[in-house]
Amino acid sequence: MIEFGVRDRGLQYVGTQRIDGPLLVVQRVRDVGFDEIVEVLDAEGKPRLGRVLDISDRQAVVQVLEGTTGLANQSTRVRFLGESFMLPVTPCMLGRVFDGLGRPMDGGPPPLSADRRDINGLAINPHARQYPREFIQTGLSAIDGMNALVRGQKLPIFSGNGLPHDRVAAQIVRQARLLDESVSFSIVFGAMGVKHDVAEYFIRNFQESGALGRVVVFLSLADAPSVERLLTPRVALTMAEHLAFDCHQHVLVLLTDMTNYCESLREVGTARGEIPGRKGYPGYLYSDLASLYERAGRIVHSQGSVTQMAILTMPADDISHPVPDLTGYITEGQIVLDRALHQRGIYPPIAGLPSLSRLMKDGVGKGYTRGDHPTLASQLFACYAYVKRVRSLVDVVGEEELSLLDKEYLRFGDLFERRFLHQEETENRSIETTLEIGWDVLSTLPRDELHRLSDELLDQYYRTKQE
Amino acid sequence: MSVTTIPQHTPSPVQPASAESAKVVRVSGPIVTASGMYGAQMYEVVEVGDQGLIGEIVRLSGDLATIQVYENTNMLRPGAPVRRTAAPLSLQLGPGLIGNIYDGIQRSLPAMHQASGAWIERGAKVPPLDDRKPRTFQPAVTPGQPVMAGQVLGEVPETPLIRHRILVPPDVSGTLRTVASAGSYTLQDVIAVVDTPKGPRQLTMVQQWPVRVPRPIHGRRRIAEPLVTGQRIIDTLFPIGKGGAAAIPGGFGTGKTITQHQLAKWSNADLIVYVGCGERGNEMTDVLREFPEIEDPETGRPLIERTILIANTSNMPVAAREVSIYTGITLAEYYRDQGRHVAVFADSTSRWAEALRELAARLEEMPAEEGFPASLATRLAQFYERGGAVTTLGGQEGSITIVGAVSPPGGDFSEPVTQHTRRFIRCFWALDTDLANARHYPSVHWLRSYSEYVEDVRAWWELRSPQWTEVRQETIEILQREDRLQQIVKLVGPDVLPDSQRMILLTADILRDGFLTQSAFDEKDMYCHPDRQLALLRLIVTLHRRASQIIQAGAPLVRVRELPCVPKIIRAKQAFGNDELEALAALEDEMNQQFDDLEREYERD
Repeated sequence: MIEFGVRDRGLQYVGTQRIDGPLLVVQRVRDVGFDEIVEVLDAEGKPRLGRVLDISDRQAVVQVLEGTTGLANQSTRVRFLGESFMLPVTPCMLGRVFDGLGRPMDGGPPPLSADRRDINGLAINPHARQYPREFIQTGLSAIDGMNALVRGQKLPIFSGNGLPHDRVAAQIVRQARLLDESVSFSIVFGAMGVKHDVAEYFIRNFQESGALGRVVVFLSLADAPSVERLLTPRVALTMAEHLAFDCHQHVLVLLTDMTNYCESLREVGTARGEIPGRKGYPGYLYSDLASLYERAGRIVHSQGSVTQMAILTMPADDISHPVPDLTGYITEGQIVLDRALHQRGIYPPIAGLPSLSRLMKDGVGKGYTRGDHPTLASQLFACYAYVKRVRSLVDVVGEEELSLLDKEYLRFGDLFERRFLHQEETENRSIETTLEIGWDVLSTLPRDELHRLSDELLDQYYRTKQE
Repeated sequence: MSVTTIPQHTPSPVQPASAESAKVVRVSGPIVTASGMYGAQMYEVVEVGDQGLIGEIVRLSGDLATIQVYENTNMLRPGAPVRRTAAPLSLQLGPGLIGNIYDGIQRSLPAMHQASGAWIERGAKVPPLDDRKPRTFQPAVTPGQPVMAGQVLGEVPETPLIRHRILVPPDVSGTLRTVASAGSYTLQDVIAVVDTPKGPRQLTMVQQWPVRVPRPIHGRRRIAEPLVTGQRIIDTLFPIGKGGAAAIPGGFGTGKTITQHQLAKWSNADLIVYVGCGERGNEMTDVLREFPEIEDPETGRPLIERTILIANTSNMPVAAREVSIYTGITLAEYYRDQGRHVAVFADSTSRWAEALRELAARLEEMPAEEGFPASLATRLAQFYERGGAVTTLGGQEGSITIVGAVSPPGGDFSEPVTQHTRRFIRCFWALDTDLANARHYPSVHWLRSYSEYVEDVRAWWELRSPQWTEVRQETIEILQREDRLQQIVKLVGPDVLPDSQRMILLTADILRDGFLTQSAFDEKDMYCHPDRQLALLRLIVTLHRRASQIIQAGAPLVRVRELPCVPKIIRAKQAFGNDELEALAALEDEMNQQFDDLEREYERD
């Protein structure tokens, strides 16, 4: 435990007044600060970490991060360590695996660094932010073409149980690069409450693509105490900020699974007897999630950047569930995976309409990707939206009753899904390829239907049906 | 400053408790309890701890005060000192506000950036106004003259767009003893002395005003003029008047922020106050980056010269988020008092309501609907009622238009914030997820939105074109009938409908693509002048009328659909800019010509 290098203030409180779930109440404490980090020793003297949630001149409420199993009121000893949770940071941590609180898990020594950071971080002054606009090519048409990712963006993946979000995320991590640079990303991977095999899948993937030397892994797996997960994303983001803004690297932060994080938050809130908000989640869920997601971006006069990709599984595929709902309000868009597409064998099953990248408008087009990119994407969206309408009509009247034009739309919809959205897990499409496929697919519709494209663009790219 | 300008908030005669006696006894997130606070006032500002974290008293109980702290309270300890300031949270109002960007408690973010770097450190203190910069003052009064509250003392050119009027503060009136001659002064210099019944008062160019108190006015006026926004669906179908209040509710991804940005860019208000309340940091950066570059359509000057930004992003402390809304509206009131038409954009009022909820929960208040405090409706009403068209104390006309974004959880409009907001606004621009998913922007839903200002602004529009009411009404009817027909189509397909009804479907399609959608990124279309809005709408409505006639005469719908003018009309919004009305007129002639030809063909039969 001493690897945190926290100076020992000596004072040890013996005995607690109350133990309730993950919470301890210690009475008659002196000189303890809010959010201070605490070492809790059980009867055998084994230490666990905790932090102060509420402090008054009479008592401190301590949240034990590693579970309260085996703690007794009488024998528990508590030491207050005199500061908030600090993470030692150094670029030497690249290539290493740590637990959810930043302690080595790979058998290596604890990182040596005098540089220790408060994991809560500070808010970036909006005036000091640099607007993100450098296009990242992920090699996936559904993302590059329709929901482009830019450096410094926070773009989550909304998924469901049983959907291939891990494969999609791993593919993005393997392929993501800037158009004009060969510089790859450093990756910070934070796992909250996921199963061993999921974590293992990612680590193997990093290994196989030769990226492991550029990755810092923080694992708080499903069998770790759930409260620990509350700190894991903060630890990961503190590491990412150090790499980005002190070491000038481009960092991609991959967090999975945010739903587990929110569950832990709910668990602690309930244990504290807080008034619950929607579906039992605490009323401050929005602010709490924002304190994580907003830790992405770029800063003026700084070379580095933090790009965030959080994976969350929507309970019962419900996008209006508080976790995806509040996430969507904070992040700059969302990639939504669709079960129906997945069942039809389309990979990546990225839903055409509900997916969105808010920063796309500034990162694509002339000077970034290609001049026709924004309007082409807009037209594809519009046509695909119409396809959805036609499909619901087909369910009622049958395909025979459709007008000729509507039948063409149906064909377009099929082609769009099979040729544009669908690709192999190993297929890394350049943005040009993506756009060309987009035009190929779009050209199966009559030219007069493409209202959003100007005549110049149509003249240049629309494929006339001579062949 | 030697002048206290607000008598109703003069410091209480009770002296602040000495530094030793007032201290923290409990810390729970942003809520801090302090003892030794007997004699403190509600909403008094205090500085907490050694770092001097700024907070506001929200509850008093005997010797104890509950303080809501605007900054992160990590490592704050019981026993830490608390210092009282004996004044409520107040803003400094004077030249230099425009073009600046503040956090929720009026700390200048550029100044903080310069002073302490890219990250916002706790306890940072920066002056809101640059009080050393010399400003050119031009007096408008002469010594010996009686002056009243709200009267203009003189003017300072603040930006090339706005001449800042220095006013007599609301609580001062009397005889002017001296006034500074034209010249250059700093904000600290006394520029006038007024003999009041209570003795002489020295005035500088700066006033202080508590954020939670509305600034006084002489009276309210009727709304008579629209706030022209350059957005077709808003100006034409659901207009808002100068001094009105509107809400933009919408689930995530429906384009609330883009719509707010569009309105902030193109509205014909004199001044824009944009409050980013609990939203994304990058969005504020976007405004900061764009507004100096975009030109105002009326004056050709950069938009930043008429904009004040308040940025309290979602990761900044929640208590400062709660107050940021009041900071924004107080700044707006100050410029309104100078006889300006101000528009306030609050993005998003839901985040503000959530801040209320979060703080209420920490205060252990009894929750009402969905955990929101029972006072939610009152607080919303108080906020929206600070808008309006008024006659100022100085006798000038001014107005504040409020547009509040609402972010209902799950896009469900029946939640408390949307429902309560609806009671206090008269213009409702409902954003629709399905439209947004189809990338139909602005995704304002034409059947679910409404405006009660139509009657108020009708005269203004009819002055431009007497046909306005008629064309607008016909558009709404077409859209309504289309909605009903779509329900039939969903059941049995479009083929069973007669051509006259399918014509309505076609016209509605043309309206969607050619009128209702408007790209925020298209050079020619991002701002649509009212005259062009009318011209485009007339074009489509005329097309519908003539086509319906011809179909009645026996022509099949296909013939209308195939007319070469149809795709041209759909693309007209992007093809012809605001100064190309003749081209639109030519297109109308072309269309009429094509219909004439068609008509002749079917008359012969």
